Amino acid sequence: MWLRVNLFNTWLSTAVTLALGYVILRAGIAAVEWGVVRAVWEVPYGPTGIADTASCQSAKGSGACWAIIADKYRLILFGRFPYDQQWRPAIVVLLFVALFALSTVRAVWRRGLQTRLIQRAAIAGAMLIVLDNLADFLALIAQIGFGLDVLRSFSLLFSVLATLNFIGKWVLTLGLLFLWPAIGVWVATLAVIGMLMFGGVLGLTPVAVDYWGGLPITLILATFGLAFAFPLAILVALGRRSTEMPAVKTLCVVYVELIRGVPLISVLFMASVMFPLFMPPGINIDKLLRAQIAVILFAAAYLAEVVRGGLQALPKGQSEAADAMGLSYWQKTAFIILPQALRLVIPPLVNTFIGFFKDTSLVLIIGIFDLLTMGKVALSDPPWQSFSTEIYVALAVVYILFCYGMSRYSRGLERELNSARGR
Amino acid sequence: MSAPDPRLIRARKAPKRPLRLSWADPRFRAVIWQVIIIGIVLAIGWYLVANTNRNLSARRIATGFGFLERVAGIPIGESLISYNPAEDTYGRALWIGVLNTFKVAGIGVILATLLGTVIGIGRLSSNWLLAKLTAFYVETIRDIPLLLQLLFWYTLLQGLPAPRQAWHIGDAVFLSNRGIKIPSLIWEPAHSWAFVMLLIGAVGTWVWNRRARAQQEATGLRPRLWPVALALMVIVPGVVWAAMGAPTGIERPVLRGFNFQGGGTVSPEYFALLMGLVLYTAGYIAEIVRSGIQAIAIGQWEAAGALGLRRSAILRHIVLPQALRVIIPPMTSQYLNLTKNSSLAVAIGYQDVVSIANTTLNQTGQAVEGIAVIMAVYLTISLAISLSMNWYNARIALVGR
Repeated sequence: MWLRVNLFNTWLSTAVTLALGYVILRAGIAAVEWGVVRAVWEVPYGPTGIADTASCQSAKGSGACWAIIADKYRLILFGRFPYDQQWRPAIVVLLFVALFALSTVRAVWRRGLQTRLIQRAAIAGAMLIVLDNLADFLALIAQIGFGLDVLRSFSLLFSVLATLNFIGKWVLTLGLLFLWPAIGVWVATLAVIGMLMFGGVLGLTPVAVDYWGGLPITLILATFGLAFAFPLAILVALGRRSTEMPAVKTLCVVYVELIRGVPLISVLFMASVMFPLFMPPGINIDKLLRAQIAVILFAAAYLAEVVRGGLQALPKGQSEAADAMGLSYWQKTAFIILPQALRLVIPPLVNTFIGFFKDTSLVLIIGIFDLLTMGKVALSDPPWQSFSTEIYVALAVVYILFCYGMSRYSRGLERELNSARGR
Repeated sequence: MSAPDPRLIRARKAPKRPLRLSWADPRFRAVIWQVIIIGIVLAIGWYLVANTNRNLSARRIATGFGFLERVAGIPIGESLISYNPAEDTYGRALWIGVLNTFKVAGIGVILATLLGTVIGIGRLSSNWLLAKLTAFYVETIRDIPLLLQLLFWYTLLQGLPAPRQAWHIGDAVFLSNRGIKIPSLIWEPAHSWAFVMLLIGAVGTWVWNRRARAQQEATGLRPRLWPVALALMVIVPGVVWAAMGAPTGIERPVLRGFNFQGGGTVSPEYFALLMGLVLYTAGYIAEIVRSGIQAIAIGQWEAAGALGLRRSAILRHIVLPQALRVIIPPMTSQYLNLTKNSSLAVAIGYQDVVSIANTTLNQTGQAVEGIAVIMAVYLTISLAISLSMNWYNARIALVGR
């Protein structure tokens, strides 16, 4: 009965079913034959450790050479990170996944224990961090102006400040864990991730950024990019909606429209070739950081438009009622407007996140070793050069796993929100 | 004089208070904040410009757009206008890049719309297999980065046999790692004239169609359109073509040495880029079409069904015209995305404007100007597409009574 209604309803439907069924069957059989039956899973290695890919070459065209994945998966996933230290990026990837998974749990986003003492401790911690960074910045300017000698006489002060900065970070993280568990968890996890990648503390070997690569780079670019772009996006969206500050509004409009009008590549090119010209001589900012800044600025413009959509969807009465209660602009925004506006736009926000996760692959063009670039690097090894299809299929599977997870979450949320609205 | 009827007094705006120079006045605060923010932005901008100028003079890099007049010397594989690397300027090379961008984006938009609409309607099909298959396509294609897809198609095309062992259909179409070779028409004046007549015929048909609609609204009877269209758009150009000698010269690609000579070529770079862009964007367009159709209330379908219209007629005459209103704004942003994504050409060696500007800035070292060119081109395209789509959107918007 089900077959009759859904597959063989009319003559046309029957014809479509038969034609599609035939094509799917043929394609499925061909795929299984290529990917499983005739696939080569292992190749012998010569005495010098060079793979002998003759069996793969002979199967080429009829069977997949999965041996390339077995040979290269650590290079692709972790890049040129020192081989014996690769458990570190592996844990980083797991931490990222755990962080994403935890963030989907509603209860984590509740307010935590908000006592005056903890609030003050967190603020004090934050101020210690700012103080140290400020001192570093002043030292940098002094260094350009007066040379290195001036700094020597203040070395004790700097080491004290650095220690205070370290303490401040712990106090702030612990404080945030109590105040807003979700934000605390994010800060703590990102700090641990930084520690694992950089090394240099707790007896971990330091690893220079040049040696990072693979999946952690993709996850870092996407996660840090969105974590920093989101607050910026909220500010820009609020600025664009501002009625009392026409100059700020113009600034925000120009920023958003300019960024949205050009491709991401041009912004990345800017980061890679123009940014070094912007800096005073003698200061070199790492390429990865420059790309990260480009991704943040680019993502913020798109997220700002999504957030603005939420702000516009909110009835005007909410804002007017808050004004009537005598709330200040920031109180109104933080406690009345944003919580409602952001809830409305969670599904499009997640879609934007998915888009940016995929778009981080564009850093390939400016030579940063993310997941996709490492796939190409793996293909440059002479014995394996002709097995690009296998590598690209494997990379696609990794991207699909992450994106599909996110889109499932987004659709679940959408259904939840729609059912609530339907009542 | 009696007091005016209170209902006739129109609400007046509250009088504007004078600006007080006090922190308690919100308007004064707003002014101060704006001055501070703009000041910070200007200071950062000035700092960056000053650094850039210092760095440029330290590295002896020229500034300004004078390089546009200099001989480029960039080899360009495919171009819609004539180009000689030994003589032509950077300006012309960049213009070729712009034309190449248009070539891939224009065709890409048309193909992606067609494919996306078919898939979007397929997702709503009552045929279970078709609906599931198109849903699977949409879900998968949207989860794979476009750059990965482009690289995949490009290496796949490069893996094709060499021209000597090319796959071929008869003696006319050849598929090899040098691209697709197809026979081309030897263009003669007769073809140009026939084409001109076709354009005139199209305009004539459009005018006839308007008259026919006016007559239908006046009398209820609609004159036939197709005989006029046939006469104006097929017969007249055909007669012109035949009167000028009916030239039918066709040039076939012929294998000479290591490559083909003659005929038309679709380069592997162009084909990979076009295919990647179309397949990827079609996934998004399908979703837009689907949600647009689903946004039409079920009552519209039922009412049209009650009038005895077939399903295809309902879709064409009742649902699509209404759905277009929902579809057009997100569709515009997809067209813009496709155009912007065509800049990924640089990764597979198709010479669009980004690729040529990149080569230019590497040769001249003038990074600021090179990136300014890229941004100017894309901003112009974005603005033009948004404006024309806004115009179209306003035209088809629901006119309230």
